Amino acid sequence: MADTAHGGGRPDGPETTGHEWDGIAEYNNPLPRWWLYTLYATVVWSLCYWVAYPAWPLVSGYTGGVLGHSQRRAVLDEIAAVRRDREAGGQARLAGATVAEIRADPSLLRLALATGKAAFGDNCAACHGLSATGRTGYPNLQDDDWLWGGSPEEIERTIRFGARSGHGEAHGGDMPAFGRDGVLPRGEIEAVASYVLSLSGKPGFPGASLDKGAETFAATCAACHGEGAAGNPEAGAPNLTDAIWLYGSSPEQVAATVTDGRRGVMPAWEGRLDAATIKSLAVYVHGLGGGR
Amino acid sequence: MAARPSSKYMTEGEAGLGLILVVGAFACALASARAVDAPFGVHMAMFALAAAAGFAALLKRYEGRPVEPAPQERDGRPNYNLGPVKFAAIAAMGWGIAGFTVGCIIAFQLWAPALNLGLEYTSFGRLRPLHTSAVIFAFGGNVLIGTSLYVVQRTCRARLAGDLAPWFVVLGYNLFIVVAGTGYLMGVTQSKEYAEPEWYADLWLTVVWVVYLLVFLGTIAKRREPHIFVANWFYLAFIVTIAMLHIVNNLAMPVSLLGSKSYPLFAGVQDALIQWWYGHNAVGFFLTAGFLAIMYYFVPKRAERPIYSYRLSIIHFWALIFMYIWAGPHHLHYTALPDWAQTLGMTFSIMLWMPSWGGMINGLMTLSGAWDRLRTDPVLRFMVVSLAFYGMATFEGPMMAIKAVNSLSHYTDWTIGHVHSGALGWVAYISFGALYCLVPWLWNRREVYSLKLVEWHFWISTLGIVLYISAMWVAGIMQGLMWRAYNDLGFLEYSFVETVEAMRPYYLVRALGGVLFLTGALIMAYNLAMTIAGRTADAGHPLPASPALPTAAGLAPAK
Repeated sequence: MADTAHGGGRPDGPETTGHEWDGIAEYNNPLPRWWLYTLYATVVWSLCYWVAYPAWPLVSGYTGGVLGHSQRRAVLDEIAAVRRDREAGGQARLAGATVAEIRADPSLLRLALATGKAAFGDNCAACHGLSATGRTGYPNLQDDDWLWGGSPEEIERTIRFGARSGHGEAHGGDMPAFGRDGVLPRGEIEAVASYVLSLSGKPGFPGASLDKGAETFAATCAACHGEGAAGNPEAGAPNLTDAIWLYGSSPEQVAATVTDGRRGVMPAWEGRLDAATIKSLAVYVHGLGGGR
Repeated sequence: MAARPSSKYMTEGEAGLGLILVVGAFACALASARAVDAPFGVHMAMFALAAAAGFAALLKRYEGRPVEPAPQERDGRPNYNLGPVKFAAIAAMGWGIAGFTVGCIIAFQLWAPALNLGLEYTSFGRLRPLHTSAVIFAFGGNVLIGTSLYVVQRTCRARLAGDLAPWFVVLGYNLFIVVAGTGYLMGVTQSKEYAEPEWYADLWLTVVWVVYLLVFLGTIAKRREPHIFVANWFYLAFIVTIAMLHIVNNLAMPVSLLGSKSYPLFAGVQDALIQWWYGHNAVGFFLTAGFLAIMYYFVPKRAERPIYSYRLSIIHFWALIFMYIWAGPHHLHYTALPDWAQTLGMTFSIMLWMPSWGGMINGLMTLSGAWDRLRTDPVLRFMVVSLAFYGMATFEGPMMAIKAVNSLSHYTDWTIGHVHSGALGWVAYISFGALYCLVPWLWNRREVYSLKLVEWHFWISTLGIVLYISAMWVAGIMQGLMWRAYNDLGFLEYSFVETVEAMRPYYLVRALGGVLFLTGALIMAYNLAMTIAGRTADAGHPLPASPALPTAAGLAPAK
């Protein structure tokens, strides 16, 4: 089988092991020096590491290493350090202060805005969007149109208890399902939808009577939305004259709202976020541009 | 046995396996009818059908075969058993394309999640294990089983041990793949990464794997060579270690013997450690040791050069085997895993660097004196580039196992980039090279249908890999840096969703890289199909000087 003790049959090649499998021979070159020394170096480095750090399990416990390192203690130390920094920045005062006091104190305001921004990204952005511009069904928090009021205190209340969240203090009051419950026939729904769209100059259903819609509005809708349709934050009834439409501004979308009603849910954050964070969120959201 | 040559009898193996298949078909049909959940019912029906089909194939084979079973030798040369190897080679190509396609789909889903179509069956969570299992176990596994059954015969100069057993291994293994893959689509999973199949599929794989081990050992035992070839050490390490890892990580208690759900034996951080001891050694012994075995046969064969260093091969083999098994805990840095276990995982990963590189050195240096062949032989180029990617990935791996580096890289897409530089660059490229060699040898062709198409495959897929891994490196490091950015008040600079948004363009680049890689594989499948059909596209062009032609090993011996 092995016709060669030398490389590939060449008499000048390096020595082979003298054996061949299916035509494959093997040289017997020495280990590359750099390879061997690098291997030794990694072994030596590992030995040093084992001396320095926790490394080998024993019957009960393990070798702790001369540096006395503990990952768990390192984490606890880091958390404690962050807590200390934040206390130094006034976090304790944040929890005790009112929203108005926070806004009056520049250093406290800075801390609140930082806290609020981080908390918003982690908790609110999923629905309201990273830049708080909302999307269909989730209000834009950058504009000055507020379902439940846009003062810092009102915003704080909405964050704490939510809307239709199941919390006892939550905002309530649904938009009724006038069509599904048989209160208004389809024709009147189209008329009233066209009427409210006309208040902000938007086209309604072709051929719908705006006068008839106005009549229906006065009889059925004005109780919550107000005579002039400017809304009522007490009831969470939106302003219908400002061209802002949470569920879409096409005639069909508005008619769907009148037909099936709406009851958008905002979760209650009290108990999930601490008081200082909720207060900071109120300050942050209020400061986005639309606060009143 | 030649006493009554005129009458034909079933061998004990044929009769025994036939009985097992009949009983198995009825038992599985019964289990299917009484299943407590729908996926289990479907899977038992699949097992029953497979057993019935196996029984039919067994009878047909018996009818068609001569009175005497296949001889061990013909005309003084080993009568190699190549049927199962051919099956595995074709299966590997088919599964490869399926796996790459699913990979592209989920890559696009990360870029545009609506592409999951809103269906549970096409959601990311179900397609992701389908992708990983299809490329690792279906594509890679068939390449490993096919090449190992070929190489062990050639380098032992002995026909495969067992008559039906080799067929049982390749068909049984592919049945496992089908059960695993359909299970993922139906939501069957034990939620262990790379070990998702449930208990009944695991049991079936255990049976197949033990038979595989016996076939391999049996062939080595009857070898006609005094020594065992280096590739066979690596194949054997792969087979034995995978058996151990598979069994320990899948120890579980089924909720019902007629249902798919089970609960693992281990819990909490112990379960996590067992899982990553399995997971990392699947990389070590499936994707490294197994494919190094392929390298040790196909590179010297194709280059027609002796292996560079026997001494290096033996040292790096034992170093690799000894070190790899400790490295798993580096997947659990900064978790509830005790400090000491993290230290061992990290330090053994560092010490693993040179043992891993030993294989690369031996492969690359084997080419010394034949470097000019890289210009003319794209098949050899696939194998050399695979070794370069292997070297890169086995440097990057130990580096990422260092805790300080890991604190940045872990959980980011850097890990995905690292895995794919190994998977696409090393595992797939050495497999492509091996298949381009193996298919002409198995079907007695001088060369593949078209070396020019191999060139196209090489360049298109290389561009795909570069796009893929560079996008993931940039995206992963950016992601890690964004996660750890704090402002001066100790608040995170970025919310999680901002980091997701920042990843989006890179996800698209990655997906396009994957499409290029898939395109290359489709070209390869066409090329191999034409090779099997016996066509030659390069007839007008002279083949690269005769060394590209398989010599002693190449033209398969008497069938």
